[in-house]
Amino acid sequence: MATIKIRAKAKNGITTVKTLVSHPMETGLRKNKKTGKKIPAHHVTEVNAEYNGNTVMTANWGPGISKNPYLSFKFKGGSAGERIKISWVDNMGKGDSLEAVIK
Amino acid sequence: MNSIRRKFLKSTALFSATVAAIGTGLLVPGRAVAAYLENAFAAKDISGALMAATGSDTYTESADIKLKAPDIAENGAVVPITVSSTLPNVESITILAKNNPLPLTSTYRLQNGAEPFISTRIKLGKTSDIIAVVKSNGQLFSATKEVKVTIGGCGG
Repeated sequence: MATIKIRAKAKNGITTVKTLVSHPMETGLRKNKKTGKKIPAHHVTEVNAEYNGNTVMTANWGPGISKNPYLSFKFKGGSAGERIKISWVDNMGKGDSLEAVIK
Repeated sequence: MNSIRRKFLKSTALFSATVAAIGTGLLVPGRAVAAYLENAFAAKDISGALMAATGSDTYTESADIKLKAPDIAENGAVVPITVSSTLPNVESITILAKNNPLPLTSTYRLQNGAEPFISTRIKLGKTSDIIAVVKSNGQLFSATKEVKVTIGGCGG
């Protein structure tokens, strides 16, 4: 299942990208209430956005980002029909990437 | 510490500092970039986090940064934050929550025509100042806003 949702829209020469990643974003500070053991940290560490083969934005995230993170950013250029690529990796080495068409 | 490393440590001051850093696991060769950000995210105070993330901990308040955040967050687990700026040549945006156990929430590197605009959702353990730090022309500028939290989003 895709873990990324992307919506990208070009307007007046600026493309606005909104993206959602489904991820638990565990901080490593929470405890399991029944066992009293700490739940290990499991969070996205890096999100990368590419347009035309160039990285426009790299987000480095700590555990302080909400569960199922939302991220929006803008860049100059981009027009309807072109593609952008979003990818993420987490601290357990998992990751995903998805391409989307700019509307 | 074995005897061979002891000799290494004595060789030069710079070299010994590097070896010591590797020895304590702070710097893994070839992973220097990732490691410095690990330090930034592990930092427990604002200046430590900023120093590690952006290379400086001095910043000036700027009216050219817009920090949009709610006055009161009913749920600290999801606090929407939007940072935008009219400063020139913005290289990065960093969002810190002063009273979180780990204040650095996220840092964004902008390049190749990216606009100085970031919107995301962060967790707040309790009522805290949110500090948005924007790096423009190599200097750090900030905007601060307090968000009151009625239910925390960290720990539990």
